[in-house]
Amino acid sequence: MFNQENKRLLLQGNEAIAYGALAAGCRFFAGYPITPATEISEMLATMLPQVGGTFVQMEDEIASMGAIIGASLAGEKTMTATSGPGFSLMQENLGYACIAEVPCVVVNVMRGGPSTGLPTCPSQGDVQMARWGTHGDHPIIVMAVSSVSDSFSITIKAFNLSEQYRVPVVLLSDEVVAHTRECVQLPDQKSIRVVDRIRPSVPPDWYKPYEGDNRGVPHMAAFGDGYRHHVTGLVHDEYGFPTQKPNEVQQFQNRLTKKITRGFSEIMMTKGFMLEDAEIAVIAYGSVARSALKAVEDARKQGVKVGLLQLITLFPFPRSHVSPLLEQCRAVLVPEMNMGQISREVQRVNQNKCVVAKHNRIDGQFITPNEIYAQLIKL
Amino acid sequence: MNALKTITDRYELRFSGSGGQGLITAAVVFSEAVGVYDGKYVCQTQSYGPEARGGKSKAEVVISETPIDYPKSLNLDFLLAMNQAACDAYFYDLNADGLLLVDSTLVEQYPTSRIIGIPFTDIAKNELGKEVVANMVALGAVGRLCQKVNLENLEKALLQRVPKGTEKLNSKALQRGIEEAEKIDVLGLPRSIITDDDEV
Amino acid sequence: MAVTAQKIRHEYLRHNKKFPHVWCPGCGNGIVMAALLRAIYRMEISKDDVVLASGIGCSGRMPTYLDFNTLHTTHGRALTFATGVKLAKPDLNVVAIMGDGDATAIGGNHFIHAARRNLNLTAIIINNSIYGMTGGQYSPTTPFGSTSTTSVYGHIEHDFSIAELAVTAGASFVARATVYHGELMDRLIEQAMRKRGFAVVEVISNCHVQYGRRNKLGGAVDMLTSFKENSITVSKAEKLSPEELEGKTTIGVLTDREMPISTEEYKKVRERASKTKGKI
Repeated sequence: MFNQENKRLLLQGNEAIAYGALAAGCRFFAGYPITPATEISEMLATMLPQVGGTFVQMEDEIASMGAIIGASLAGEKTMTATSGPGFSLMQENLGYACIAEVPCVVVNVMRGGPSTGLPTCPSQGDVQMARWGTHGDHPIIVMAVSSVSDSFSITIKAFNLSEQYRVPVVLLSDEVVAHTRECVQLPDQKSIRVVDRIRPSVPPDWYKPYEGDNRGVPHMAAFGDGYRHHVTGLVHDEYGFPTQKPNEVQQFQNRLTKKITRGFSEIMMTKGFMLEDAEIAVIAYGSVARSALKAVEDARKQGVKVGLLQLITLFPFPRSHVSPLLEQCRAVLVPEMNMGQISREVQRVNQNKCVVAKHNRIDGQFITPNEIYAQLIKL
Repeated sequence: MNALKTITDRYELRFSGSGGQGLITAAVVFSEAVGVYDGKYVCQTQSYGPEARGGKSKAEVVISETPIDYPKSLNLDFLLAMNQAACDAYFYDLNADGLLLVDSTLVEQYPTSRIIGIPFTDIAKNELGKEVVANMVALGAVGRLCQKVNLENLEKALLQRVPKGTEKLNSKALQRGIEEAEKIDVLGLPRSIITDDDEV
Repeated sequence: MAVTAQKIRHEYLRHNKKFPHVWCPGCGNGIVMAALLRAIYRMEISKDDVVLASGIGCSGRMPTYLDFNTLHTTHGRALTFATGVKLAKPDLNVVAIMGDGDATAIGGNHFIHAARRNLNLTAIIINNSIYGMTGGQYSPTTPFGSTSTTSVYGHIEHDFSIAELAVTAGASFVARATVYHGELMDRLIEQAMRKRGFAVVEVISNCHVQYGRRNKLGGAVDMLTSFKENSITVSKAEKLSPEELEGKTTIGVLTDREMPISTEEYKKVRERASKTKGKI
């Protein structure tokens, strides 16, 4: 594929995302330069043409998002990458990808905000925005990476889910993961599970472009493949044409939501560390999960029964993984580089089962293990 | 639900100086040697942002036999300071028994007696004829002194990274650093605590 | 002619789908749609190989009615989606249909960069000097001094020329027609679609409902008549002074030039890149 299979490479998180995208079959990338995500564009500008793919630098992030949707409709697996300010601009067309069910992956390497904020500092301030940034109720999948090897493998997972459910997937990285170099053993391409959208098998005359299959996911024809159809950002019927009939609108909205809820068990991914006998749990994601793991290990050495639940999928919120933990533990701590964007989700699931403590930092500094440890032993 | 093994060992280095001295490159080469060729776990981070171009610059490397959780330094085992400002700013991040290596061409005030001074810039400029390879002289010395990297692999990693046509110069710079470091008696350096055993 | 028109209607309209259309009686959009279909019919392009992208507004609804691969995008963004489609499948004939507010206000940046990028795309911009669908607010092409629902005391900003903007931004082919000049329009659209490079056709159209009525320009027929009277061909216009051209609309081909096309250039990029394989 790209000559690096089975090689052990020292890569930055951003570079690993680019490799992951190629391994997942991404052949189209449109983007706009922004700190701290630019390396993803640079890598793909180099690598995509080597494998017959296409890179284009657009005039802004609105256009980047539009271009990846267009290319996805033409049959390619597509991605863009940005950071906070650019992610704000992408929200408009991200909503289009949701309603028109266009698979694509949007990487947001989070930096301090709001606005121009702290361009070179880490943050996790865009978590709720990733879920609710575009207007209207909509299905979306949000995932977070915490290491360089995650950046490779979760990127592949993001593409697979996007293709499988015809939904945009937002992949959240942060400045720490983006610029940390670690070794990754890139696997043989043949060993990577890659999922592709299902294309219609019926004759073109029978094709209903927005009729869900048994999973609620419509089969997707590419432009130019003989299945002429209409794609719109308006609410549409099974044929893709605009409708305002309440029964058709309701049916459509239900399907959009249900195609994701049906897939919950597959979409929701977490990793547990030392949770079996834990009385206290840390719930963390992204780079902070690494500080949390160190803090948990240090506390274990002191005899504190503590474990870590690392969230990989942030939305749909992995309620079924978090809820048992809230039953099991007397307290959970949610450290985040924001003012509590996931802790509010934990509290929503909690319903007074246990104490939910927060540790928040928005000064542009990475949360250290010591800070988490200090909070832990107070619980 | 798989759990990582508890960290048993962790060795932390910081390469510091001013932007443009090539410290990030040195750290990347070092990490490549340790991670790709020696096959250990390695995590390399750096100062990012305007200060990386001029002003203070730092690059860190964490080495371990097991997966690394926290990617940045917590308690430095090795500090390379290529100028006075970096030496002053980062000395107290070094653990008491850690090694402080400075470029004695540019660092005049020593914050401690437990210090190794090698004139990297002087060697690069006057012996090798190119000041820009001071970082590679320092890299050789770091490699030799920390004893955490196979020196042949360090050279291999170096030759992979440097621009075509500069291999000889860089390789020579690395060797000069190693030679200089070999002259240093690390065990003879002052220590933070003298135990009874040591006094005998 | 009549037989051909019926054939075209039957061939290209999604007559069993979402008709009647949303356009007001007398709207120029239908004339543009017919001209586009005549051009495609003459070019004998397979319907499967045509992608028609649009933005938001009255013009944005056009793809809904046509039996191609149709893409109704967000406001102003038709060219960004079209860029993605074209880069992914360069053999498709991609046409973006936009309005004046759509292409040059909210989508103005995409428009000039699409012209600069020079993909092999066709952009048809229906310029009716107003935001029609939202109820008659002023657009970038609403003339100074005219009245709209957001310039009730007279418009104090200046309009710009879409076609001239496209020329300056680097489009390979730029032409202008009015909805009165239907035959000219379909020839220009055909020329634009055959052109290798970014090709723009600006069509001056009437919104007698939202613009004409408020500015006492009469109904559809009155407005079309004035297009006829105020238009002048490029060749005739060349002989007139700027003063004589005041208030006139120049129609015909404004620019036709050969420039490298980025889809073709990208093939060369791939060749150059494939030679560096493994050096990443």
